Amino acid sequence: MNRQRAAWLFLAPALLVLGVFFLLPVIAALVLSLTDYDLYALADIRNLRFVALSNYWALLQRPLFWSALAHTVYFVAVGVPLSMAASLGSAMLLNSPLARAKPFFRTALFAPVVTTVVAVAVIWRYLFNTKYGMANFVLGHLGIHPIDWLGDPHWAMPTIIAFAVWKNFGYNMIIFLAGLQAIPLDLYEAARIDGASPWRQFRHITLPMLAPTMLMVSILTVSGYFQLFAEPYVMTEGGPLQSTTSVLYLMYDEGFKWWNLGSASAVAFLLFIIMFAVTALMLKLSQRGGES
Amino acid sequence: MNPRLAKALINGLLIGAAIVALFPLLWMLSVSFMAPGEASSLPPTLLPHHASWANYRELFVHAGMGRYLLNSLAVSSVITALSLAFNLMAGYAFAKLRFAGRERLFQALIGALVIPAQVAMLPLFLLLKYIGLVNSYAGLIVPGMATVFGIFLVRQYARGIPDELLEAARIDGAGEWRIFGQIVLPLLKPIMVTLAIFSFLAAWNDFMWPLIVLTGQEHYTLPIGLASLAREHSQDSELMMAGAVVTVLPVLLLFLAMQRYYLEGLLLGSVKG
Repeated sequence: MNRQRAAWLFLAPALLVLGVFFLLPVIAALVLSLTDYDLYALADIRNLRFVALSNYWALLQRPLFWSALAHTVYFVAVGVPLSMAASLGSAMLLNSPLARAKPFFRTALFAPVVTTVVAVAVIWRYLFNTKYGMANFVLGHLGIHPIDWLGDPHWAMPTIIAFAVWKNFGYNMIIFLAGLQAIPLDLYEAARIDGASPWRQFRHITLPMLAPTMLMVSILTVSGYFQLFAEPYVMTEGGPLQSTTSVLYLMYDEGFKWWNLGSASAVAFLLFIIMFAVTALMLKLSQRGGES
Repeated sequence: MNPRLAKALINGLLIGAAIVALFPLLWMLSVSFMAPGEASSLPPTLLPHHASWANYRELFVHAGMGRYLLNSLAVSSVITALSLAFNLMAGYAFAKLRFAGRERLFQALIGALVIPAQVAMLPLFLLLKYIGLVNSYAGLIVPGMATVFGIFLVRQYARGIPDELLEAARIDGAGEWRIFGQIVLPLLKPIMVTLAIFSFLAAWNDFMWPLIVLTGQEHYTLPIGLASLAREHSQDSELMMAGAVVTVLPVLLLFLAMQRYYLEGLLLGSVKG
């Protein structure tokens, strides 16, 4: 009996914090998204009205919501595979018995992960400056005309994707490296005796053995990338021509620039539903793939 | 393939990747010591002609960077200390103390991980507004005082503590708090270090929540201060780079010093339990 009470006392502070500052707000967000909470309601709560699903309905008819969603999906669909490929590639290099100075390379490749997004985004903004940036300087030597990386609606998102890959690939690299080290070497030995080429070893040993790790890593990366916000906030302010306005950027503007907190909550919930659906679909597809 | 060629190829690719990873950080450091305008020239200058601390002086004397640095240090330290205490207690309880509904409650917490934190941010802002914590240090700290990830990490690690050890202490008449303080905590030391680094880095690098809850400069943390500087002085590349150095260097050094613990925690947290 006494031990039960002790257990709850140990749990109380953490559960209280999570309950009051996370669970309660999440439920409140659902309620808020069904109201017209705005600047007037912020001033006087009596101006608040229940509007059922009309925030959601209005959003689904706004071109800006769809374009923000499209930009976010673009970022996820291109950024996640590139990040995963960079992570897997660098993990395989580090795992090679021929690689030298592994601890140094591991640290160097991981360093961008621990940096502050805002600070390194400021660096990238400078590296990709149209006039004085290193990127255009190097391309100029190859005979390529300067590109207005962050000022051209076609190039802004690719630049942000390149930034995100650079910033994040080290994280999954460490996870892949651990996964690669767990693959028994006998498998490769046997394949070599059978005369399998390195590509076939990769295709038929490495990839299948890493499949569970890959699934987990890709789901985590997808949900992380759906939450794109700080990068466009610092590098492009959502522009040019709103070409880098993500769903969260829209939520931030809607909520804290225009104070339409009801509508902003609806944006947040729509993003949550989309993320949930996408990750659930990935799980489902992988299960089906595993059975066949 | 010829083994010597393969070796050259692999190490060459690693060197190339390391250059890509480190070049922006090294250039940031170099530019931060350049004179105003020096970085806006063609061809781009790699090293400063006359290295000087002028940009740093400008940041700390006129741009209020010292204040932001102290804010970041204080807020991140307090979040780390509090979340460490709360997560350790809860994680240990989930791993080693028996109580009704333990597994279901833990499953519910893990399930909550699918909800992105931003969903809670709008009502959280209103809640803090009504209790008067908007634009205060407390408003920055309070939502970070416990994390599901931290509880999960501690639970994974604490499950390795042998039950016999705890039972023996109970038979000797030790209370639950004494067992926690004198037996469990020393055994949890490695995970404490890991979790402390994770919490500190997360708090230091956090952007969206501080951006929302802070309205006045006096409470700005470094990322918020730097972002607002970058919007005002977007042309002063040298000054911005110095600001980026001040923001990034503390966490980079912390990571370099504690790398082993950080990478172990990363792997422990990513293994499905």
